[in-house]
Amino acid sequence: MDYYNLLTTCAFIHLLVSIPYAYSNYVENKAGQFFSSGHTNNWAVLVCTSRFWFNYRHVANTLSVYRSVKRLGIPDSHIVLMLADDMACNYRNPKPATVFSHKNMELNVYGDDVEVDYRGYEVTVENFLRVLTGRLPPSTPRSKRLLSDDRSNILIYLTGHGGNGFLKFQDSEEISNMELADAFEQMWQKRRYNELLFIIDTCQGASMYERFYSPNLMALASSQVGEDSLSHQPDLAIGVHLMDKYTFYLLEFLEEVHPASQANMNDLFKVCPQSQCVSTPGHRTDLFQRNPGSVLITDFFGSVRKVEITKDTINLTSSLKPLIQRSGSGDMQIESLTYVDQLPVAEIIHQLTPDQFLVCSRRWTEQSVRVSPSVYVQPCEKPPYVDSSPSHAPLCCGG
Amino acid sequence: MGLLSDPSRRKVLTGLLTRLNTPICGMPVEWLVKAMQSRGLEVFTQSFSRKLPFPDENKERYMVRGTNVYGILRAPRAPRTEALVISAPCSPGDSNNQAVGLLLALAQYFRNQVYWAKDIIFLVNEHDLMGTQAWLEAYHHTNITGMEYSPLQGRAGSIQAALSLELSSDVITSLDLILEGLNGQLPNLDLANLFYAFCQKLGVLCTIQGKLQRNDWDTAEGYTHAAQTMMLMVLKQACGRSWGDHGLFLRYHIEAASVRGINSFRHYKTDAATIGRLLEGMVRKLNNLLERLHQSYFFYLLPSLSRFVSIGCYMLAFGLLVVILLLRGVTEAQQVSLPSGPGVLTVLTPVVISHLTGVALYLLPVHLQEMAVEHFPVSETEAVVLTAVAIYTAGLALPHNTQRLLSGEGTEQGWKVLKLTALLYLAVLLGCTALINFSLGFILAVTLVPITASMTPHMPKALSALVMVLLSPAFTVLYCVFIYQELIEAPVSVSEGWMLFLSVISQGILDHALYGSLVYPLLALFIYPCWLMFWNILFWS
Repeated sequence: MDYYNLLTTCAFIHLLVSIPYAYSNYVENKAGQFFSSGHTNNWAVLVCTSRFWFNYRHVANTLSVYRSVKRLGIPDSHIVLMLADDMACNYRNPKPATVFSHKNMELNVYGDDVEVDYRGYEVTVENFLRVLTGRLPPSTPRSKRLLSDDRSNILIYLTGHGGNGFLKFQDSEEISNMELADAFEQMWQKRRYNELLFIIDTCQGASMYERFYSPNLMALASSQVGEDSLSHQPDLAIGVHLMDKYTFYLLEFLEEVHPASQANMNDLFKVCPQSQCVSTPGHRTDLFQRNPGSVLITDFFGSVRKVEITKDTINLTSSLKPLIQRSGSGDMQIESLTYVDQLPVAEIIHQLTPDQFLVCSRRWTEQSVRVSPSVYVQPCEKPPYVDSSPSHAPLCCGG
Repeated sequence: MGLLSDPSRRKVLTGLLTRLNTPICGMPVEWLVKAMQSRGLEVFTQSFSRKLPFPDENKERYMVRGTNVYGILRAPRAPRTEALVISAPCSPGDSNNQAVGLLLALAQYFRNQVYWAKDIIFLVNEHDLMGTQAWLEAYHHTNITGMEYSPLQGRAGSIQAALSLELSSDVITSLDLILEGLNGQLPNLDLANLFYAFCQKLGVLCTIQGKLQRNDWDTAEGYTHAAQTMMLMVLKQACGRSWGDHGLFLRYHIEAASVRGINSFRHYKTDAATIGRLLEGMVRKLNNLLERLHQSYFFYLLPSLSRFVSIGCYMLAFGLLVVILLLRGVTEAQQVSLPSGPGVLTVLTPVVISHLTGVALYLLPVHLQEMAVEHFPVSETEAVVLTAVAIYTAGLALPHNTQRLLSGEGTEQGWKVLKLTALLYLAVLLGCTALINFSLGFILAVTLVPITASMTPHMPKALSALVMVLLSPAFTVLYCVFIYQELIEAPVSVSEGWMLFLSVISQGILDHALYGSLVYPLLALFIYPCWLMFWNILFWS
């Protein structure tokens, strides 16, 4: 009997002890899940490559993905939107300043606050590859750069006219699947992405992801090699086809997704089966390290902010104190830095007052070192670039 | 969503057309200017005048004067780089009294829309083709035909496409599409397909060459019907005149077609609102174009509106005919031994004399008309035509006269060399003609090739002379007139046919002088001398 009592007591104590332990396990699991994807920020590069009025549907495709991505939380500063032609203000548009995705004008995807980063003739193969690889001239404004790092999840969406192994840009040039694969490899080697989701809606789209060889890439296409992607429905008042089938059903799927939803990639693969799309959508996951079933839609389409915990403290002011001390002693020697920053002025901006954005090149330290940071001297050049004002939708289209 | 979807606009249109039912043409210029200005167009006028080579019975004596009125609807948002033209010729009497009303109604409707990417020019021209020619020449800053015109004050950009309307009655049962232009030039086939597609969509009957479509392609009647339609198109193309105002636009690489409303007293009638919707649809489609129409064929023959014969098919038939001449020439060349043959001079004489006769046929009828009128009781037109016929017949007497001039003729080699020259000359001539105007080249080839290839002096003279004359270019034209009348189901008697033939000759001379049609100079200066050379061979002794 004593033995029996002892056993029960031990079990009871064990239970009591294990509950918080189980709870912390649960918390750890949850925490583990929270950090499982490994990314801390989201970027999107959305490209429409065709111009002319009758390619209205490609612009509508891109704008509907833009809308979903913005709605799920990615801000304009993290979206690079490239539209090869202006459909909203095209002379032939009977409803100026609008781009509709559903017939009978149910949904205007142009909205009030579309920020187009590359427009018109700026959408070229060269600019697209430079955006991806980050090799842009120093005068390029922030809004035109893909400032991703090795913890970024990037969504890349391409639409336009394509063929077996190429995508046509602006009726005059093409990008091949090999160029695209090499660009992604450059991105991988420069640690410019954590994971990348590539969606393409063109004819024979699956040929564009055949040559990928970098890790952590997942790709979806609207049709297989030898098949055409079809457009969805024309609007008789506007007179053109409004959307492509695949993106139309993709938009309908994404409208159901909200920032907290647990929909995963397997659901995305099921979007637009052949019965609806006529073409057979394809996907490629062999380069992706996680199981697609555990990848959330919001990992790429949304911007669920995650935090990176560090165990060391970082002294932020220490890098500047030596400079100011040196100014006192009249010594003009400067420590040479060991690497070139992506944005040479990034660490200086937060030292200036917000309304004086005199952003100087590295030379400022030589000339104005005697002056305290609150006084700004002439040798500082005008900013080497100007933050381009976002292009809001012109509500009257100039007439 | 289109024109007149609401009843109030329909009422306005019908009212406008009933008010305009009375013949308005004689060109009420001020009224047109006011009407267009009140609809928000930029209105300009242009006056022109032309001295005719001989007074046609339809026009005034020698001098034709007229005024064109045109209004430009500026695109609200687009730069003024491109334009479309809708024109309605204003003829006296009843012949086009509804088209101007429809034009004004369209202008009023178009003014309220925002989706125009091109300026639209509404042109009302006087004297049909002459007015259009004056306007086009002034617009493009050229002067090909020697017309006098005042320069245009208002201009839109480069014209991408044009439509010409001819509506003679307010009740329309079908619309006829006219494609043949000056010198047999045709607009892009896409324009014809566009028109036919719109007709089918709106349920309007559409015809070509005045004939309806048939669906029974396998039966003999269906095939005959299609062959007749195609034959009509060949004849119309061969005569080289512009069968609608649109024909003059084609020279400037502006795709244009004419639409004629026909009232054939059917049961099912179309009202003006449907015609307006059709035109509105066509203009909107042309507005959405980004380039000039160039994707489809420029050279085709239409046995019906839904089928066409492309140049790849029909040029082969022509090529086979010309190959006969070349093979014959090769045979003759083998038989001629050049060093011992006669000199070039013996061949040169018939050639030169034939061409001089051709030049006489080209120049003299127009230049000698005053002299003819003094001596004979005929009008100027008749004088010109009869002079032409006289010179043509006089040419038949040439060989005998030529023989008397030259001595040392009559060698076997002489006529062979002449035949070789003439065969090659004819082959090159027919080839060049077919490239410009296939139908003309084909008809000439069909009549000339058999007899000329087999021509020798040793054939029975009387019989072959008769066949030769019956297959000469003039008789070819006569047969074409009779066949044309048969095909449009209005057969004529011999005397009527003869009068028609004379009027065709005068029309040909007039077209050449006024618009630059190439049929008359081609026949007079090249084909006729070539035929005369063969005539020379026949009478070689």
